[in-house]
Amino acid sequence: MAREIPYIVAVNEALQFEMERDETVVFYGQDVAPSDEDPLVKAFGRDRVRVSPISETAEIGMATGLALAGFRPVVELLMAEFMLVAMNQVVNEAPRLRYMSGGQVKVPVVFKAGYGFTAGWAGQHTGSIYNMFCGIPGLKVALPSTPADAKGLLATAIRDDNPVCYFIHYLLVLEHGDVPEGEYLVPFGEASVRRTGSDVTIVATGWTVGKALQAAELLAQEGIEAEVIDPRTLQPLDLPAILSSVEKTGHLVLADQATRHASAASFIAAEVAEHGFGYLKAPVKLVTALDATIPYSQPMEAYVLPDEHKIADAARQVVGAAPVAA
Amino acid sequence: MDNDRLIWMYTQMVRIREFEERVKRTFDEHPGVIRGHTHLADGAEASIVGSLATMQPGDQLMATYRCHGYPITLGTDTKAIMAEIYGRTDGLCGGYGGSMHLADPGRGFLGTSGIVGQGIPQATGVGYAAQIRNRTQPPTVVLCFFGDGASKQGAFHESLNLASLWKLPVVYIMENNNYNVATRSEQEDANAAAGEPLSVKAKAHSMPGVTVDGGDPLAVHATVSEAADRARRGDGPTLVESKVYRLSAHGNLIAPPGVPLHYEEHEAIRVFGNRDEYEAALRGDPVPRFRMQLIEQGVLDVARADEIAQAAREEMDAAVQFALDSPFPAPEAATNFVYA
Repeated sequence: MAREIPYIVAVNEALQFEMERDETVVFYGQDVAPSDEDPLVKAFGRDRVRVSPISETAEIGMATGLALAGFRPVVELLMAEFMLVAMNQVVNEAPRLRYMSGGQVKVPVVFKAGYGFTAGWAGQHTGSIYNMFCGIPGLKVALPSTPADAKGLLATAIRDDNPVCYFIHYLLVLEHGDVPEGEYLVPFGEASVRRTGSDVTIVATGWTVGKALQAAELLAQEGIEAEVIDPRTLQPLDLPAILSSVEKTGHLVLADQATRHASAASFIAAEVAEHGFGYLKAPVKLVTALDATIPYSQPMEAYVLPDEHKIADAARQVVGAAPVAA
Repeated sequence: MDNDRLIWMYTQMVRIREFEERVKRTFDEHPGVIRGHTHLADGAEASIVGSLATMQPGDQLMATYRCHGYPITLGTDTKAIMAEIYGRTDGLCGGYGGSMHLADPGRGFLGTSGIVGQGIPQATGVGYAAQIRNRTQPPTVVLCFFGDGASKQGAFHESLNLASLWKLPVVYIMENNNYNVATRSEQEDANAAAGEPLSVKAKAHSMPGVTVDGGDPLAVHATVSEAADRARRGDGPTLVESKVYRLSAHGNLIAPPGVPLHYEEHEAIRVFGNRDEYEAALRGDPVPRFRMQLIEQGVLDVARADEIAQAAREEMDAAVQFALDSPFPAPEAATNFVYA
């Protein structure tokens, strides 16, 4: 049975369900359950739910150690930027140990963090830095855009035998949506077609999925039918789903909250250029954040971010309904 | 400790030394066979064996890129270790890891980090796992090995704080060889510069800190045993500073392909021109020192000691030959094991 709940509730539901299901799942991080009255502490005890110091390198490195020793840790990292403090542990330790051991060990950990909090948090807490974790062999990257996916992708991440960066979007945490009750898994590497259309494909990630759907409504009023594809996981990437949509529409716009060259949009565009060039009737367009640190002041913040109007404009351009900007 | 155990310890020390000598000789005898960077444990044998001799069933360890000595002591086949260093398919890790990344999880050796200090939080996490499991099983401990240089890393301090706070069953064993590659400790460590032992760093994390002569396997054994007992009781971690002298340079020459690799002289000589320091270290070499001690105590006689040395030579002859004969991995195997 599905019922409507907020994204953040769906996240916590997955965590709780998986902790009940598997006693090797442990959860810790900064400000996680400092009170013994916390429901997670009451349910699972202090061995499995702990509050940690502000020590990202230790928190993340310990998760790798727990995983090597047979546990499935979920580390609460709060803000994706905090992972930068411990980047070596994220990209150069956890994903490499299985490989370097010749397959003797596995490292099932979940690095859980929020990103993209463009709500006046200024330059250091607003980044969309998930692309930094893509292209790291051994690491997976999940980016839920709906409450149901927030639940299903976290459950899958916890059960996955590899390190997974699971990034929730802070602007989406109160968004409501239908979420199945009980056990619910969303497979990795399986894109979701959020809207079907025949004129232009919009590949959007995370928070920009909603913006792309709003753009599609604007475009529909003009007779342009957009297909909106949400990859849901960037690594693995469901390239076949994207290519088959581009084959149908012949046009591609990629929306991404990250800055252009640090965006998933840029590497997805490269894949389409190599594998789907023959399908394209026009050059692709990327709608990303401008190359600026996210500013504090609201009008400037809005200016640098992609939105539904920028996405719709790009779609008009690729289908030839508007002049291409110089 | 009974005589058999003492002789076992001596034997492991001799085996590590012989193995490391063969790695070093490979650069001359089989040029080009070893790629990249190797780091030898010669000089640290007493510290390694004294520490690992404390291990009980279920105990685990993690270490650094200077990692050959641990699996040798644990009983990993030296043929597989040498084949790994030679990049062969029969290597311990199938040729995926090489000299810096040995692992034998079946024997409790969960792996290494090639980045200074970064294995420490991982071993701490293994300690967290042990703490949970120790509620329902005979208690186990985790040995975490690292060098003196690592103790200037945030990873070290973050981990010791957490381990002490949570009373994790970890023994932190700092093998202090007094050099960060070529930089001497007193040039980069405030405690060393102040003439203090590096074990004082434990004080900041409210855990015991002990300095021990890492050239004396029995002293190391006693110190690590006490720390392991404490951890097993649930009383938390200890920092052991084990003072060793690395008898080879930090690693073999770092040079691009085509330049023959080899070991240069120890940094004491090459960088500081201090031959006296190095020669004093050679006179204190822990392997002959322990041999003499055991002979003096009547535990070992010269004939038995020679047998042990001969057996080690034969074992490592066979390891080198096995590694040379082992085929390279199929190139396309490079895409295995990326994901579980």
